[in-house]
Amino acid sequence: MSLASSVAPAPRVGVLSHPWVRFGVRRLGRLLVSLWVLVTASFLMIHLIPGDAVRAALGPTAPPELVASTRADMGLDDPLLVQYLHYLQNLLHGDLGTSLISRLPVSDIIAQRLPATLELAVLGFLLAVAIAVPVGVTMGVLTRRGHGRRTELAFTTTSVVVGIIPDFLVAVGLVYVFGVSLGWLPVAGNDTASAYVMPVVALAIGPAAILARILRVEMVAVLGADFVRTARAKRIPNRSVYLRHALPNALTATLTLGGLILSALVAGTVLVENVFAWPGLGSTIVSSILNKDYQVVQAIVIVYGVGVLVINTLVDVALALLDPRSMIKEG
Amino acid sequence: MRRLMGVLRTPLGLTATVLSLGVLVLAVVAPILWTDDAEAVDTSNILAPPSSEHWAGTDNLGRDILYRTLVATRLSVELALAATLIAVTVGLLLGTAAFVLGRRPGRLVGAGINIAVAFPGILLALFFAVIFGVGATGAVLAIGLAGAPAFGRLTQTLVASVAARDYVAAASVAGVGRLRSLFRHVLPNISEPLVVNATISAGGALLAFAGLSFLGLGVQQPQYDWGRLLFDGISSLYVNPWAALAPGIAVIIAGLAFNLFGESVAKAFGVGVVGGIPELPSVAAHLDDVAPVEDAGHAPEDVVLDVRDLRVTFPGPNGPIRPVRGVSFAVRRGEAIGVVGESGSGKSLTALAISRLVDDSGRVEADRLELLGSDLRAADTKAQRQLLGTSLAMVFQDPMTSFNPTQRMGGQLAESARHHQGLSRKDALARAVDRLRAVRISDPETRAHQYPHEFSGGMRQRAMIGMGLMGSPALIVADEPTTALDVTVQQQVLDLLADIRAADDVALLLISHDVSVVGEVCDRVLVMYAGRIVEDLPAAGLESAARHPYTRALVAAVPDMATDIDQPLAVIPGRPVDPSDVPAGCAYAARCPLASARCRAEDPPLVTEPDGSRVACWHAGEPIAIEIRDRELDHELEEVEAS
Ligand code: SF4
Repeated sequence: MSLASSVAPAPRVGVLSHPWVRFGVRRLGRLLVSLWVLVTASFLMIHLIPGDAVRAALGPTAPPELVASTRADMGLDDPLLVQYLHYLQNLLHGDLGTSLISRLPVSDIIAQRLPATLELAVLGFLLAVAIAVPVGVTMGVLTRRGHGRRTELAFTTTSVVVGIIPDFLVAVGLVYVFGVSLGWLPVAGNDTASAYVMPVVALAIGPAAILARILRVEMVAVLGADFVRTARAKRIPNRSVYLRHALPNALTATLTLGGLILSALVAGTVLVENVFAWPGLGSTIVSSILNKDYQVVQAIVIVYGVGVLVINTLVDVALALLDPRSMIKEG
Repeated sequence: MRRLMGVLRTPLGLTATVLSLGVLVLAVVAPILWTDDAEAVDTSNILAPPSSEHWAGTDNLGRDILYRTLVATRLSVELALAATLIAVTVGLLLGTAAFVLGRRPGRLVGAGINIAVAFPGILLALFFAVIFGVGATGAVLAIGLAGAPAFGRLTQTLVASVAARDYVAAASVAGVGRLRSLFRHVLPNISEPLVVNATISAGGALLAFAGLSFLGLGVQQPQYDWGRLLFDGISSLYVNPWAALAPGIAVIIAGLAFNLFGESVAKAFGVGVVGGIPELPSVAAHLDDVAPVEDAGHAPEDVVLDVRDLRVTFPGPNGPIRPVRGVSFAVRRGEAIGVVGESGSGKSLTALAISRLVDDSGRVEADRLELLGSDLRAADTKAQRQLLGTSLAMVFQDPMTSFNPTQRMGGQLAESARHHQGLSRKDALARAVDRLRAVRISDPETRAHQYPHEFSGGMRQRAMIGMGLMGSPALIVADEPTTALDVTVQQQVLDLLADIRAADDVALLLISHDVSVVGEVCDRVLVMYAGRIVEDLPAAGLESAARHPYTRALVAAVPDMATDIDQPLAVIPGRPVDPSDVPAGCAYAARCPLASARCRAEDPPLVTEPDGSRVACWHAGEPIAIEIRDRELDHELEEVEAS
């Protein structure tokens, strides 16, 4: 509580001084700067590759004339600044270039591959939250001050261990148990509904454990707060005290850290897709890196980056909705 | 060193330490012992399942999986450590840039770090893997650089906290170069957390490396680390699953070991993470019923609250602790009763116990505990919640923390009316607005839509009172309602309480450490010491008729008009009683100027005098010579100083 909050502010006038507007403007500014950094970094990526990227992509046996003409096509012989401006211009028009290997427009490849990855990420996220919230809240209530010391130790240890195991190893374990040994679930592709089970679970389990652990700690802290005692003094049912009063306050801190975890989940799709031969961006970027198909790699890096930035922005907006103070505090 | 020993004392820390050491030893000896076994090709025995000869079976060239996994330890650990070294070095450069380069360039670097840490490590690693190319060297650089921003952010935070310290600032003023100051003052002070975090990220690097190699972007044949073995093994998952499982398990064990070892060290070095949180009585009521003693004679009609022999017990490390040890009193309609005592006297806990808000780890017992004639010791029923929710109003000490920061004020007030009076959202809100007006909050319609942080402290406390008025309270329990407020608004809140009491005939139980506040507002005063009532007397008699030495000391400690404002506040000598260690005899004996041998042996009972007042003291009302002499001495000294 700062000094400023002990003084009731007079209602301000003017659109720009409205806290939501100022928050929106500031947040948008940050998003745009981050986008610019992302796009510029991925432009530089191709130019930072030692040697001739086109030669590398086409292979040592490609005739020199082909390499030269491809370089000219791609504008790689222009001055760097010109290339950069072209690149930005093309990006604005949704033109991501042409694959060096398959000769297909990169935007087509992405349009074809993105939905599968999005599905995986969204379902993984939903499952992680669906596990983490009830578990975290229940554990928080069970282990609030002066309660459940043993439960707390057992839960913390388990969730730390589960949270550290990388998703692709969880995936391999699942494939072994449910795919190979039991034969219950398909181990590759995304053709049937049952094919979604293992990739989504593999993706969600680690983040769920970490989120649940954070949420428990926050719940314990919030349940000891004065305003929870006030809520109890209203003699509303315990359920309301936990869910209406404690949970939103515990979520604000959880979300702050959760944002990072959720963007890690997006990145985790890369590995999980490769375990399950999932026809998404993750398997594409890896094969493109191996094939040195740099135009495709560059575009996918941008797509992932945008995804992460969008998640971070959404998290901030959710925070502001849950706890109006965060709008003012946060820069 | 002692703190490192602390790591070994927790089961998790011990396991992590042993495992980490095991992995390191294996990394050194495994290639020396088993390289030949691991690379012996046996084309007659391809992809064999586990057997007594090959415990984890063989790979597609008939090589032994177990030996390969063991030998791969060295390369896996080496690569992880190399990547960590890069991450730490680059991170240190980034993180100290602000300190070395000065403000502006430093801020730019900081902004860069902030943007970079938003991207997950795997994405950064893929990005760098493209630049540095596929292979072990490229992967080391990629993972190292991917870890650098997070390390840079950590370093930056640590440097900033150290740079703000006086001696560093002084060193800068004295003209010591920034670089020198960095090495002499800053880095030594932040090395500990950096090393701990480096250990944790070594675990992370190991896992990340396995990831890259697993994607085929890391180690290439004929070299092999765990990730590469996984990559090769996954394709034969149906034939010999152990080709993938063995390296997978190795990765998990090693990654966990480093990670948990780092975490345990961090905990052991950090402050108060491992130790327990002090148990504070806070929430939830739970009355552990002893058989109610049916005593004769019910309380008179106008009694709002009747308390007989109230006891509160908490489990403690050395047996139960009883901070409230048998408190009895009654509150009549419209009466204002004050409860005074030092902190730890049990007065706040008494308030929580009668309102059934004691943490449910505590046990509340009483021979009688009735609000408006209904037994509060009975199980927690809907009817009882209804009664407490509408007839009992609570006002807590700190209005800053007593409202839910994420909900609008109006909604917080309306909640209980919606619940107990069955009002619709709209009607409940209308009543909330009306109640805010009743507690003299101007423009209540607007205010109801605001959040707590938009209210001032005094307004919040009035709103808290308004919240209690949502029902039709017969009793307001106010626990130090003005302590946290500015002196200027304290009086407003007290006046408001007095007005409500007068207007609606509401009884008031005012808990305070401040005798003057209680004396001003209340009809009767209960003085508590060490969990018991030691005196019960009319507020008007505080100055003149107090008979217990403790009450008299409390009153004497109040600065009155005559007291010089510059004089230090008088305090009662000696320390309050620790509830876990209450002495035999009178609890006040150690601090009491009248204490006699009897006092130390026998606890004085609370005796009711003919005039209805009560006191628990063997020497009640006897003159206190020492105190008077001291006062006279003070006066003399003052006069000497004044002349
Ligand atoms: S009983 Fe004895 S020690 Fe206790 S307050 Fe009275 S005089 Fe003092």
